Amino acid sequence: MKKIYYFILFATFSPIVFAIDTGLAFEDSKLQERYEKLISEVRCLVCQNQSIKSSNVFLAVDLRNEIKIMIGKGKSNNEIGDYLVERYGEFILYRPRYTGYSLFLWIAPLALMLGGLFVVMRVIKSKSN
Amino acid sequence: MMNKHYLPIIIFFLVIPIFYIGLDRNKSELPSPLIGKEMPKFSLPSLQNSNNIIDNSNFDYEIFLLNVWATWCSGCLEEHPFLMQLSKSNQIPIIGLNWRDNKNDAIDWLENYGDPYNLIANDKLGRVAIDWGVYGAPESFLVDSNGIIIHKHLGPLNEKIWEQDFVSLIRDVNNK
Repeated sequence: MKKIYYFILFATFSPIVFAIDTGLAFEDSKLQERYEKLISEVRCLVCQNQSIKSSNVFLAVDLRNEIKIMIGKGKSNNEIGDYLVERYGEFILYRPRYTGYSLFLWIAPLALMLGGLFVVMRVIKSKSN
Repeated sequence: MMNKHYLPIIIFFLVIPIFYIGLDRNKSELPSPLIGKEMPKFSLPSLQNSNNIIDNSNFDYEIFLLNVWATWCSGCLEEHPFLMQLSKSNQIPIIGLNWRDNKNDAIDWLENYGDPYNLIANDKLGRVAIDWGVYGAPESFLVDSNGIIIHKHLGPLNEKIWEQDFVSLIRDVNNK
């Protein structure tokens, strides 16, 4: 019986270990910070609801590697974003860019709110008259 | 004044089709931004003979199908009989991109199930696959005689999909 208790105890408290990239990608802490921020904003297309930072699917590993190489080569965040979007489309970035259809999506709520405000003001005005 | 009460109902019926289309879309299948663009440049060793280099110059002036496959991919086994059939029909050259696979496993696989490919490039590191925007095998790209990617299919190919999505595109290219 005791064995079962121990088993349950250890099973429930055993730490979950994810072997995601052991060690740092860069020695320079600024580059490392940039790298980590970047990979947390790239969607893992195989898993879709995870970033490539938190996934161990090999495509995520490959993309992290590719991003690491590009940072090492001195590419800007924008250039790295372009590289990904050219191949996988806008969907790969968690933060869509301000272009085309996504620009419309950014502006639409604001426009709708302003429109609503305008209607409300007119109603109030006509009521008070 | 009466008309005003109908406005929300009209808006409701305008919005419903938009939501309906949204629901119907298959979210796991993403449109490739590479459609209509020139195929990415690449240069890889052949799977069977690593001294042979396969690059873009192998496909000049000919329409072909690039099929991304691996032995770890169950969908690849599913579409394999169709690829064999397609290869026998001589409709189109099939180029394999062996993605992130074990070379010996891949060669065994072809010996067991047959080899439908004219050429197979060995993308051991998966870097060429990234250039093609590959994220799940099997994937198939139709590349026209100018080297432009004209269609991409995600998932196993079969006769129905081939007839529906590929045949007319191939005919158009060949009639040009």
